[in-house]
Amino acid sequence: MSTVWLVVLVVGIATVALKATGPVLLGDRTLPEPASRVVALLAPVLLSALVVTQTVGGDNELVLDARLAGVGAGAVAIAARAPLPVVVVVAAVTTALVRLVV
Amino acid sequence: MAVAATVWFFGASFGLVARAAGMGVAAPLVLSATTFAGSAQFAVTSILATSGGAAAAIAAAVLLNARYAPISISVAQLFHGRRLRRLAESQLIVDESWALASRGDGRFDRRLLIGAGLLLYAAWLGGTAVGVFAGKALGDPKDLGLDGAFPALFLALLVPQVRTRQAALAAVLGGAIALALVPVTPPGVPIVAASAACLLGLRRGEDES
Repeated sequence: MSTVWLVVLVVGIATVALKATGPVLLGDRTLPEPASRVVALLAPVLLSALVVTQTVGGDNELVLDARLAGVGAGAVAIAARAPLPVVVVVAAVTTALVRLVV
Repeated sequence: MAVAATVWFFGASFGLVARAAGMGVAAPLVLSATTFAGSAQFAVTSILATSGGAAAAIAAAVLLNARYAPISISVAQLFHGRRLRRLAESQLIVDESWALASRGDGRFDRRLLIGAGLLLYAAWLGGTAVGVFAGKALGDPKDLGLDGAFPALFLALLVPQVRTRQAALAAVLGGAIALALVPVTPPGVPIVAASAACLLGLRRGEDES
């Protein structure tokens, strides 16, 4: 088997298993109270970490580039209560323009 | 729809990059169909393209996708029925479908998760196919600023999540852990480590109803 196919198969199976962790092992079982309070915080925590890593994340380094301006413009749109698609488009256009100029 | 279009474009650029990296036609499509997570797939491609070896490519991708363990646990209660069905449906969990399905009080909307997941899955796989066969005509998604659109999307979905003081504190702590680790760990580690901030939930929140 070639290296490419070996990687594709192992990564594919590993990701399927990771995504199935909660639904297959826990399913619709009710969690005990303290555990469900922890799980309820997963959304804000992971979203916050995604915002950080996708804005300034690089390969083992902080990268400050046009993405930061895009997210900043997106934040202004969010503060102005713009609908979600508008926020996404504002962020993309700002990122593209700043990248074009800088 | 804006999110699906962006995902489609990234799928196309993945197909193009993978083809250029010598992965052929079938392997990128199979990877998109099974892994369905952009960052890990791009990491695999760039490591294989620079002949970094199978072990390095696998390790990077598994690290990047390790976040799906906590993410899938957060929505576990939406999945019912037999194991095989839960396994199949859980594959529709991806950052964007999960984030769009969050309702802001720690709960998630099953129909949104599955619906957005199906739409994004089709966009990702369709985009990959176009990229593999005809990607050169499309250009670089970075020129369109699409890499700045995703963090803004996640920020917009984070805002309604932080209504309680405890949730806001956990979000700040998680973001701080991620920021501190980005310069010193491989990509993927910061997000997984940040999920430790959830343990704040063990303390009973004073402003919870």
